[in-house]
Amino acid sequence: MSAFLQVQAIKKQWSHDVTVGPITLDIARGEIVALLGPSGSGKTTMLRLLAGFETPDADGGGGRIVVEGEDVTSRPPARRRFGMVFQHYALFPHLDVGENVAFGLRGDPDVGRKTSEALRLVDLAGFERRKVQELSGGQQQRVALARALAPEPRVLLLDEPLSNLDPALRERTRRELRQLIKRVGITTVFVTHEQEEAFDLGDRVAVLSAGRLEQAGPPDELYERPASLFVATFVGRANVFRGPAARALCGGADPGDSPIVVRPERLRFADAGLAGVVRERRYTGATAFYLVESDGGERFEVLAEPDAAQVGDRVYVQAERVIRFTENGR
Amino acid sequence: MSRRTAQILGVGLALLLAWLVLFPILVVAGDAADRTALSAFFGRGGEWAALWASVWISLVSVALAAAIGVPLAFLFEWFDFPGRKTLGSLVALPVVLPPLVGVIAFLFLYGESGFIARAVQRLFGMQEAPWRLQGPAAILLVHAYSMYVYFYLFTRAGLAKLDVSMLEASEALGADRWTTIRRVVLPLVRPSLVGAAILTFMTSLGSFSAPYIFGGGFRVMTTQIVATKLNGDLPLAMVETLALAVVAVAGLLLLRRTEGDDILVALGKGIAPRPRPIRRAGVRALATAAGWGLAVLLLLPHLTLALVSLVPYGAWTTQILPPVLSFENYRRLFSEAERLRPLANSLWMAAVSTAMAVALGLAAGWLIVRRRVAVRRAIEWLLALPWALPGTVFAIALAMTFSVHAPPLRWVLVGTAAILPLAYLVRALPLTGRALLAGYRQLDPALEEAAASLGAGRWRTLARVTLPQLRPGLAAGASLAFVAALGDIVASIVLYTYETRPISIEILSSLRLSETGVAAAFGVVLMVVSALVLGIGARR
Repeated sequence: MSAFLQVQAIKKQWSHDVTVGPITLDIARGEIVALLGPSGSGKTTMLRLLAGFETPDADGGGGRIVVEGEDVTSRPPARRRFGMVFQHYALFPHLDVGENVAFGLRGDPDVGRKTSEALRLVDLAGFERRKVQELSGGQQQRVALARALAPEPRVLLLDEPLSNLDPALRERTRRELRQLIKRVGITTVFVTHEQEEAFDLGDRVAVLSAGRLEQAGPPDELYERPASLFVATFVGRANVFRGPAARALCGGADPGDSPIVVRPERLRFADAGLAGVVRERRYTGATAFYLVESDGGERFEVLAEPDAAQVGDRVYVQAERVIRFTENGR
Repeated sequence: MSRRTAQILGVGLALLLAWLVLFPILVVAGDAADRTALSAFFGRGGEWAALWASVWISLVSVALAAAIGVPLAFLFEWFDFPGRKTLGSLVALPVVLPPLVGVIAFLFLYGESGFIARAVQRLFGMQEAPWRLQGPAAILLVHAYSMYVYFYLFTRAGLAKLDVSMLEASEALGADRWTTIRRVVLPLVRPSLVGAAILTFMTSLGSFSAPYIFGGGFRVMTTQIVATKLNGDLPLAMVETLALAVVAVAGLLLLRRTEGDDILVALGKGIAPRPRPIRRAGVRALATAAGWGLAVLLLLPHLTLALVSLVPYGAWTTQILPPVLSFENYRRLFSEAERLRPLANSLWMAAVSTAMAVALGLAAGWLIVRRRVAVRRAIEWLLALPWALPGTVFAIALAMTFSVHAPPLRWVLVGTAAILPLAYLVRALPLTGRALLAGYRQLDPALEEAAASLGAGRWRTLARVTLPQLRPGLAAGASLAFVAALGDIVASIVLYTYETRPISIEILSSLRLSETGVAAAFGVVLMVVSALVLGIGARR
């Protein structure tokens, strides 16, 4: 069976040297996919291509977007039946909460019932007559979600859904958002630049860089088996080693010229190995980060017990698990 | 809609605007290149005198308006005294008097047979009227009264944006109050002051009613142009029009250079200083009394107009106050078909021109801000152009351009019902254009995208999301455009026909027939409609 939402070699050229894509990605029904990348990586363009606010390159080279076997590439946003939650929510300030949620239900004989159902879904039952300006940031976000879900779209798109909330609220909202999406069972694509958010909310994470899809997979696969040096360093903390230091950490297996990556928690102090001096110690409670400078001048981080070493100690470091890349740097 | 269609529409709009606002000016420039007319202009002293009169009257008007408006703004923004709020809004009232209406109100009030002159004459038992309201002093009096409002409103807006912590910082650094005003406050509100100065200068340079009614033998360029045109010396009128246009653009450019940096104001977006109560009881009483005295002074023209409108024809001869009051004039206004007609004419022509200006403004806003068409700068420049040139220039230019049949660019429109709405439209474009462009720029594009993602098509998005969001700016721009068209005199006097005569022309002819009561009644109607429309437009 083919995937519910298929992105087939989608591509948009902004200018001579700025291009997003071609990107190919299959998304299963009910799956939550995070588009993760630094700013300028093309993740927002990707989301807007899915929503239909941007059109892929013409002349047939722009690829296709297919939902349930139906090609929607040239459908305008209004007839695509994709729900979208905007970064700043884009609630209509001249309409109240109920009118906002009912906006997409025009012509539906059941507007009243569906509106209150959508609001109940996001825990805002009875908020119909409130003004949107009177709501807190979290409530506005939930109204935007209710508004997007009310017309029962095929796909839900979220643009940086949590970036407008204060950090204390963010983690809780993230959990609630995931539970809600799973309860509704809607296929979801969201954009974020925060790795923690992508891991926590997404079933699968697609990492983008410079308009290219670097890797798409479940969080633990990205972390443990990154496909490229970019993914390894962008997702989680990573120490990059080259040359003699890399050889020292790899033991017998010679990594050649390509760099290797070792996570800080996969390095440990030992009696022999890569030699260096502890330059800094950052205490976090249960553990501590040690900034070590090797004799070759490389600086890297080791995560260890709080009493494992002192600043100024001479230490030897060994790697428990090394991440290698097949091509040079990729 | 594809990018290409938008680009084509953009070019189409730019061409339409160029035809409407630029082409007539080019026609004038072409016609002015006439050797006899040029030598007549440069040879006659009267022409230079009129041009110079326009310039110095405008400069003195700016100085007078600033001298009244700026201190008032400081008084009402910084000090608290009984009646501050009420008085503060009363002070802006001259705005609801269209130029011609203000002028006739002054005529009835301070003119040689006005209330004040009669009272003084009676008081001292004089044979003659104590003064004649004529010449430059009379013009400047009217200008100061009607234009200080620009300085008052702009300065108050500038002061309201000022951050109180800037003033506190200045005081903490040891500056006394006057030093703070001179070194901190004035530089920060300078953009507002320059804005008001530009507006006053341009309005004054284009002012027609006051010099027309009070000028006597004293000519400024606007009255000179219309006189030359009515005398039939068209080539000379073209040269005069061009000369006025050049002075206007030069003045605008010179004043712009003093504008300074807008960023300065944007920096201070903290809390404005709260008005301080005046502590000393004596000073407070004085401020209150002066405030109410000022309010009465400012309201006298309005009250005079209302009073004169209640005097039946021929009932008031030598008394200080009219002996009989009745609604006779209003009854005639609304029952005689010939008098109702100008009212209906003014209303429909103002409505049509405003509606067209709004439609063009919307199209421009959408093409410039949303579609970013290639010709967006040209569209924006063309929309603003009519603002940079006095109304007389456009009146003459349209009269020349559209009295010749040379399709596809020139048609005979003078003498038809189309020419006045077109002339009002030209004047309205900068008002609606600026308001709608600003509205579009503040409008979050995500709102329209949200509507689209919820299944709304282009027209539903426009009606349910875009227009409601643009409403405040649209209402403000449209109400200003409507009131300007309703009170227009300059274009009307050059372009009207008997069938399409607007209220302002009817006021002038009533005055000529000494039917002051009817003229005043028309004035009151104009004033009330203007106030209502501006009030609706300013509602949030």
